[in-house]
Amino acid sequence: MAQVTFLEAIRQALFEEMERDPTVVLLGEDVGVYGGAFKVSAGLLERFGWERVIDTPISETAIIGAAVGMSYAGLRPVAEMQFIDFIACCFNQLTNFVAKSHYRWGAPVPMVVRGPSGGGVHGGPFHSANPEMYFVHTPGLKVIYPSTAYDAKGLLKSAIRDNNPVLFFEHKFLYRRIKEEIPAEDYTVPIGKAAVRREGRDLTIISYAAMMHTSLEAANLLSKEGIEAEVMDLRTLYPLDREAILASVRKTNKLLVVHEDTRTGGIAGEIAAIVCEEAFEDLDGPILRVTSLDTPVPYSPPLEERFLPNAEKVAAAARELARF
Amino acid sequence: MPVDVIMPQMGESIFEGTITKWLKKPGERVERDEPLFEISTDKVDAEIPAPSAGVLKEIKVGEGQTVPIQTVVGVIDTDGKTSAPAPAKTEPPKPAAVETTPAPPPASSRATAQAPVAATPAARVDGEKVRSSPLVRRLAKEHGIDLAQLCGSGAGGRISKKDILAAIETGGAAAPAATLPATGRAPTAPAAPAAASGVPGGQVHIALESAVPRQRMYFGHYEVQPMNVMRQRIAEHMLASKRVSPHVYSIDEADMTRIVEIRERTKAEFEKRHELKLTFMPFFIRACIEGLRAFPMVNSSVDGTNVVLHKEINIGMAVALDWGLIVPVIKNAEEKNFLGLQRSVTDLAERARNKKLKPDEVQESTFSITNPGVFGGLMGLPVISQPNVAILGLGTIQKRPVVINDAIAIRSMVYLTLSYDHRVVDGAIAHQFMHKVKTALENWNENVL
Repeated sequence: MAQVTFLEAIRQALFEEMERDPTVVLLGEDVGVYGGAFKVSAGLLERFGWERVIDTPISETAIIGAAVGMSYAGLRPVAEMQFIDFIACCFNQLTNFVAKSHYRWGAPVPMVVRGPSGGGVHGGPFHSANPEMYFVHTPGLKVIYPSTAYDAKGLLKSAIRDNNPVLFFEHKFLYRRIKEEIPAEDYTVPIGKAAVRREGRDLTIISYAAMMHTSLEAANLLSKEGIEAEVMDLRTLYPLDREAILASVRKTNKLLVVHEDTRTGGIAGEIAAIVCEEAFEDLDGPILRVTSLDTPVPYSPPLEERFLPNAEKVAAAARELARF
Repeated sequence: MPVDVIMPQMGESIFEGTITKWLKKPGERVERDEPLFEISTDKVDAEIPAPSAGVLKEIKVGEGQTVPIQTVVGVIDTDGKTSAPAPAKTEPPKPAAVETTPAPPPASSRATAQAPVAATPAARVDGEKVRSSPLVRRLAKEHGIDLAQLCGSGAGGRISKKDILAAIETGGAAAPAATLPATGRAPTAPAAPAAASGVPGGQVHIALESAVPRQRMYFGHYEVQPMNVMRQRIAEHMLASKRVSPHVYSIDEADMTRIVEIRERTKAEFEKRHELKLTFMPFFIRACIEGLRAFPMVNSSVDGTNVVLHKEINIGMAVALDWGLIVPVIKNAEEKNFLGLQRSVTDLAERARNKKLKPDEVQESTFSITNPGVFGGLMGLPVISQPNVAILGLGTIQKRPVVINDAIAIRSMVYLTLSYDHRVVDGAIAHQFMHKVKTALENWNENVL
């Protein structure tokens, strides 16, 4: 098996799903001739033609509007946001229309909205967003945020095959930094299932996307000090894998949640509430969070470094929790 | 500091309440949230918990008096001295309830003596709050460990998971396995570990535990009927049983044609000879005994991680009463002949209805039978009567078309339902047990006269 980047895994998923199902179409800004701003869709136009790989005007609302129409007409559109920050332009369409269409009119919208997200690449306040929680909070949408090449491919395939609208976040820091061997044959990864990336007995670190790798790095630091952290990768943010979360907390009795999203209203709060409701008597310490600060993502590299969690910050919180 | 005890507002449209009973006398110590007095309003009767811990200093409104809500009915002195000898410091006073839970193992002196972390209990200043965690408090309760006797190794002297596990490991909890005889007859019922006690006793006031805010129950025209004591005990018992035992239900049916014929043929002679009506119950009991002998796990109780396999077969038999339900027990049913079983069934049911049962006649069942069929029920899925692990429900016996050898025949059929505790009884055993019962019924060959 060849080593495949996170980005290549996504490209393969798109390619294979379009090959498998003629109703799958891709639309977005520069996805065709240019092959996508990050080259995620390179070669797709040549293989599937301009009717299925559509270069759109620079209008995110036009992209989502067209995708909804395509869904109603029996297609399975994959809409790309060139940077996920601009999904905010489509907030009304996604939360009021896409999310409620099946509920209100019995008209399913089997579309995927995907795009590069996240910081750590000095993209500044308009090209580094983590807007997942707006949509996790919206009933009717599924939200996926993978951390490995294997999951990115398997989950994007699941998302395209799912009959509900699915938002698929691709952390751009991982695009070319993560490489792994993935199977050549067709496979999917189920939506709504978390994965334990590292077993541990002393505390659980729950994370997702780029911060999952940061958490693993922290766990390796901690291991040298005799603290064995369990690292869980959520993979899907909605529906959330409550069973996996509770099982791990019941095992280690201590919980740290790490995310790159800003602190207030991040998923750590929701997870903490679930654990307090369902497993209060299994807790041997407070539920801690390591998150980005409640500010826009700074452009200045030193400020961005200060803004984002890193392995040392995660390890410091974990040490405090282990000592508690 | 004196704290006023007020007549609470028990519902939006309640303006006054009557004190029916004070549960504490002036000078007695009371813990926070411990039932302090009972009230009766035009909507509910309730026990009112103490607003804070202390000594009941004064009763201002006596029993039988009706006062508006918010009236001060008594005063608690939070740092007062009891006039009676003070109870032991580490032991909270028992609530004034009818039933008591078996006391948890005493504050573990063994933990103090053996656990290394408990070697310096003096490190905690008297009265200082014990710092722990929800997990630690739960484990302490389950294992009967007094946290005040432990010293914590966590941040700020907090008792952590590690500390409590060490205390348990070194003997903080007397393992039930070590104290109970493995077989044989225990002279007295051993004190159950706190976690395994079936009925939580007087601690839980079922009448006060509701799934929705109580205001939502009172609307339109209604009448409020206080539960009698038996009803309250049934409510507690059923709730505890469902909480403790994971119930599984299996259904089978038996062809009763042969037994119906035998009964028709012999009932007149039976009654004449023994002055006793011949019912179906002894047939079912007899069949269950065969099943229980073959599958002793169904005739057991669960005590923590021990299974208590009973050597006697004592059949509890649910008897519906106008004012509730009671389960008298036919002791040593396996030693009785058919006539003896019928005599016990009739005698116990009759005395149950006349309130003449003795306390020991409703205890020590090892398996129970209930008969929703007498009220015409096709089948029922009963709740296990604790400390049993299974209960058999009998449906009504009715003629139904049945396929026998590819022909449709009219047979007297009955549905048998078994509710069982999946902690110890698996489906495989339950179904084999049911099959044994069914076979015994269908191939009845004992002379009943």
